[in-house]
Amino acid sequence: MRRVATLLLLFPLLAAAAGTTTVIQNATVLTVTRGTYHGSILIRDGKIAEAGEKVQVPEGARVIDATGQYVMPGIIDCHSHIAADSINEGAVAVSSMVGIEDVINPDDIDIYRALAGGVTTANILHGSANPIGGKCTVMKMRWGKDAQGLVFEGAMPGIKFALGENPKRSGSPGGFGAPGLRYPASRMGVEDVIREAFTQARAYQQEWRDYQAKLDRHEQAIPPRRDLKLEPLVEVLEGKRYVHAHCYRADEILMLLRVADDFGFKVRTLQHVLEGYKVAKEIAAHGTGASTFSDWWAYKAEAYDAIPYNAAIMVRKGVLVSLNSDSAELMRHLNTEAAKTMKYGGLNETEALSLITINPARQMGIEQRVGSIEPGKDADLTIFDQHPLSNYAKVERVFIDGELYFDRQKDLEERATKEARKKALLDKLKAQEKKDTKKPEPSADKKEETPGAVQ
Amino acid sequence: MKHLIVSLLAAATLSFGQAPGAIALRGARIFTVSGPVLEKGTVLIRNGLIEAVGESIDIPKDAWVVDAQGVTVYPGPIDALSTVGLPETPATPAAPPRSETPASPRAAAQEPAMPLEQGPEFRPFTTTWVRAADLLNPGDRHIEETRSAGFTSVVTFPSSGIFAGEGAFLNLSGEKQGRMVVASPVGQYVTLTTHSFGTYPGSLMGVIAYIRQLSLDADYYRVALQDYAAHPAGHRRPSYDRAVEGLLESPRLLLPAEDAKQIARMLRFADELKHPAVLYGCHEAYKVADLIAKSKVPVLINLKWPERSKDADPDQEESLRTLELRDRAPSAPAALDKAGARFAFYSGGTAPKDVRKALKHAIDAGLSEAAAVRALTLNAAEIYGVADRAGSIAAGKIANLVLVKGSYFDENAKIDSIYIDGVRYEPVPEAPPPDRESRSTPGGIE
Repeated sequence: MRRVATLLLLFPLLAAAAGTTTVIQNATVLTVTRGTYHGSILIRDGKIAEAGEKVQVPEGARVIDATGQYVMPGIIDCHSHIAADSINEGAVAVSSMVGIEDVINPDDIDIYRALAGGVTTANILHGSANPIGGKCTVMKMRWGKDAQGLVFEGAMPGIKFALGENPKRSGSPGGFGAPGLRYPASRMGVEDVIREAFTQARAYQQEWRDYQAKLDRHEQAIPPRRDLKLEPLVEVLEGKRYVHAHCYRADEILMLLRVADDFGFKVRTLQHVLEGYKVAKEIAAHGTGASTFSDWWAYKAEAYDAIPYNAAIMVRKGVLVSLNSDSAELMRHLNTEAAKTMKYGGLNETEALSLITINPARQMGIEQRVGSIEPGKDADLTIFDQHPLSNYAKVERVFIDGELYFDRQKDLEERATKEARKKALLDKLKAQEKKDTKKPEPSADKKEETPGAVQ
Repeated sequence: MKHLIVSLLAAATLSFGQAPGAIALRGARIFTVSGPVLEKGTVLIRNGLIEAVGESIDIPKDAWVVDAQGVTVYPGPIDALSTVGLPETPATPAAPPRSETPASPRAAAQEPAMPLEQGPEFRPFTTTWVRAADLLNPGDRHIEETRSAGFTSVVTFPSSGIFAGEGAFLNLSGEKQGRMVVASPVGQYVTLTTHSFGTYPGSLMGVIAYIRQLSLDADYYRVALQDYAAHPAGHRRPSYDRAVEGLLESPRLLLPAEDAKQIARMLRFADELKHPAVLYGCHEAYKVADLIAKSKVPVLINLKWPERSKDADPDQEESLRTLELRDRAPSAPAALDKAGARFAFYSGGTAPKDVRKALKHAIDAGLSEAAAVRALTLNAAEIYGVADRAGSIAAGKIANLVLVKGSYFDENAKIDSIYIDGVRYEPVPEAPPPDRESRSTPGGIE
């Protein structure tokens, strides 16, 4: 009987691969931006077509009964380092010429594990070894797609900056953290590197403007040499690329905001920002977002003066706040992290959920597409078996663009098949290895005579 | 009788130091590759070239006739990515301490003095201008070893650094440097090697960005030089840049790609670089054969099929994906053939004597013998732009042939002889290699 039930459960899933219409029924829907209701969601062509208490089920639609379950927008992580074959380009103080998009690893199992934690979108950042780091890539966790298939098409490009201990102790020949020779070696140096880079970027920008002016005057000119290091910084100056800046201390936060003001660009988000609560008003005044941890600190000197109220205090001071993972493990329970802000700082349910949905979407400039359950948005949805702010909640299903990318039941069922396949393959290869080693290779273990003697 | 002729021939070869007037290999089964298989044909060799091939060609009076009944004649097999013929260097010579006296001119060329703080304006690990053809060592014992295993040609590249240098298509005659070179330069060997966290580029994305920048610099350099040539008076001259010069004169870039992800990544990158490209490695090509075929980018398949490391922990569990790769890698050539992609082979870390066994694995995994022969010969010649002179048995082409008593793909079938530029060589019994371990593996992808 149980098997029949499973088959029945699977059947609509199989059928749905062909169709593009899905209805999730009888769910508690946490829209984040439009309150909570009990009812249905209609998904068509990868988008949320309707969301309401009563939704007509179109003919041939896949119907998912979510009785007793909770649907929330797919979780968005503003700071992650999964799904990339390299993270840090450490030898240079400014590594803006490199980018995650060149090294996307669609085979990273952490993508699937993030899905299993309800995450559908993540900002994959360069590491924090450089005052100005590499370019970031916003990805959807479309497990199974190739590298380009993961890229969140149309998302604003970003770049990683980093302040404080990491950039000032990196790039040493002895490896990350060893006594270094690379400039900078102090917070003053970090500021100097950023100012110097933007000064160069302005000059580079001017070179291209001069070239354009010559062309406009119909003068003969060849285009300037393209500089991959300075191009992204010009984009920052022109508001075409978001700055996501790793930082901890209040003083360095204020430093960066001053530098940004001096050069006329905006810092889109401060990342980690554990002392953000000390300068929340200034951050809000600058229009900068903050992406922090709930209660993770004291792993280095600059990360001691932290409090679990950080997120809530910044929210109350008008800062656009999100919670991020910076870790493939923490990424799998961002819902629990969000819940902690209710205990520490008294945020309400919607505010807490915003920290991992619509707020990070706004910080990454993708809020028109994702971050809440509203008609017209991408059907990126996570279904929990219990309220996601409960630490007993488990992810049952995850949709991205209306496609089912994670299904707990299916995963459990497939384990045995995969195990068997692996066992069969292992046996086959072992048998082959045995066959191959039966014929000893004549020269394999021969001792070398005088080289060249035979010739 | 046959023996007598053969020894006369050998004597002639020795005494004249080159091929006799003409040689007719008669009655052989001939894989012409560019034409049909001849069941009982004759190849006529004169002056190092194939003068004629066919089932009923006239044998001129001055020709030595070799009775080749029971022998299969193939176009000379080509190891499409090799270091044979180059002076030996340590496996990772990339970043020796700066104070050290370079061991060889080659090592010196690879070590431009660099400040510690580098950006893409510097040229780390770049020796684009180094040409394999200029470094040849005809005394390299690997020449004879490779020839004895049934290869007539190799495409040899300098192999260390990010841009290692320009390759040459070589005949393994191993006598005079100048006679060995069939074509040069035939390509630029590129690796994605990272060196250390403390040296730019120290990451995969850094290497990719560096390659992209050098490519953009080449575009700029070309335009700047043209502009200067048109208006030298009153203009500052562009600086001479040997790194860019070497890149610009390379007809194609060899880019490494082992698994499906890397293949997709490098195909996209090749497209962006706007420089003809060839991928090498490609063991997981069976997963993306259609993508490769669609891109029209040729691939070189490493015949060193993946295997479990000899030192692997027996209790270490391998992933399903790793196991699948090991099981299916030899099916990559068949998949590429089916998809219509162009591919050739290279020995990689395989000892020359084991190459035929490795090819047999590919045939067992579905590759037809005809396709295998073509990949080993004409495909390689086409990929490197020398199909007008090598790669098949056709009148006018270089007389590079291998004669096998049976099938080339039967490792027990004896190689009868090898003709290179019309000169006959006999396989020499194998000498145990003294230092295989220290030899850098071309096309080995980390």
